[in-house]
Amino acid sequence: MSAFWSAWVTVITLAVILGCAWLLFQTRKSEAYKESTSETVGHEYDGIAEYDNPLPRWWFQLFVATVIFGLGYLALYPGLGNFQGLLGWSSHGQWEEEMQHAEEVYKPVFAKYAALSVEDLQKPENQAGLQMGQRMFQNNCSVCHGTGGTGAYGFPNLTDNDWLYGGEPDTIKQTIVNGRNGGMPAWGAVLGEEGVRDVASYVLSLSGREVDQEAAARGETQFQALCTACHGQDGKGMHALGAPNLTDDIWLYGGSFEQVAHTLRQGRNGVMPAQKDLLSDDKIHLIAAYVYSLSQN
Amino acid sequence: MIKHETIEKNIGLMVLLIILVISGGGLAEIVPLFFHSSTTKPIEGMRPYSALELEGRDIYIREGCHVCHTQMIRPFRAETERYGHYSTANEDVWEHPFLWGSKRTGPDLDRVGGRYSDDWHRAHLYNPRDVVPESKMPSYPWLFTNRVSGADTAKKMEVMRKMGVPYTDEQIANAADEVNGKYEIDALVTYLQALGKTHSEYTNKR
Repeated sequence: MSAFWSAWVTVITLAVILGCAWLLFQTRKSEAYKESTSETVGHEYDGIAEYDNPLPRWWFQLFVATVIFGLGYLALYPGLGNFQGLLGWSSHGQWEEEMQHAEEVYKPVFAKYAALSVEDLQKPENQAGLQMGQRMFQNNCSVCHGTGGTGAYGFPNLTDNDWLYGGEPDTIKQTIVNGRNGGMPAWGAVLGEEGVRDVASYVLSLSGREVDQEAAARGETQFQALCTACHGQDGKGMHALGAPNLTDDIWLYGGSFEQVAHTLRQGRNGVMPAQKDLLSDDKIHLIAAYVYSLSQN
Repeated sequence: MIKHETIEKNIGLMVLLIILVISGGGLAEIVPLFFHSSTTKPIEGMRPYSALELEGRDIYIREGCHVCHTQMIRPFRAETERYGHYSTANEDVWEHPFLWGSKRTGPDLDRVGGRYSDDWHRAHLYNPRDVVPESKMPSYPWLFTNRVSGADTAKKMEVMRKMGVPYTDEQIANAADEVNGKYEIDALVTYLQALGKTHSEYTNKR
């Protein structure tokens, strides 16, 4: 703040406070504080008159107290332009102090668990670490994956040991750190509507569903030509590409014929946002350990 | 010595004194902010909202999102742990009007950009309970059928430019094409994904 504005703030603030105090004393009804008088202010209406009593002493003193409090506050805290206050307090400083304190308290705890592998964190004696992971999962991940990690339509279930990108501790961590960008291309234009329904029939047959056998047979030819690069010849998917296993009857976007056909027609683009700019490595480590634990039983 | 009676019976004098007392606060607390670099100079590297984001912002206002969601992260650890770096005045120099909000029924959204996928936002705005079963946020299904016309997008950007937002002639000329025919949900999600992402001065890692 420039010197001019600093002076501006200081002068106005003090002038208003002292002005209020001046007005208070100037208008005070000072005649020797009688408890009450029978004098009235002189106007009367319908037999109702107003007593002319002084302000009760405690009330007057409350006003004085607010003035003193105001001046005291301005001496201790920043308020008068560039004057920082005798306590040197600032909201940023208070926040830094809070962060510093938290760092001292939590850093050793995080450090202790960061030294352990995700597998070791599953041991009963490290239960507390997993619970920390669980709480951070609730805060950061549950909005998409559900409070229990069971997912939602379009957001993977993390408890079923069926993984798009793999369920090894390092892979889970990679998924959290860098996010994932799942790309199922739209095949509607290539396959045509009939082709889409044929391939959908074949895809559903992979998990043992009853389908039109002729359509599935036609769909298999198309599938072998177009889909195996990602989903594999046997339809069991590929972790490296995040291509789901189509044989296990677990469906991210629903397993009805229409939904599978829709996926084929329009494609899908499931995005897991990268957390590396949001969460520290130690926190991601514990969250990964918790996510890993969800499918271990 | 002024008697209380003098002020009480001279309404002109009383009005004058009341104005003096009340304007003191505004003069000391508000007026200097119009001249202070921390409130008038945008944060390093900030970009203005794109045409589509600006339309999304208007939908945000129209639907009253700011009534339940703040865009103001306070400098407390409890907030910065959850939402990222606390909000600063120089991030909001181009915000007309401010959408700070005053009450949180839902979470703060000042840095919600990039935290969730577009698909999540769409599912959530269509029916919040599809993804967050315990949510009490209303559903906004009409955003998926209403379209942004773009007829007055350029005009809005010109008004923003008058208030100091540095839109280029090119941006204004292309505005209508950028938004025309987009669904309202596209505009709103684009805006939400831009929140906290219009500059990269702060680290939000925690």
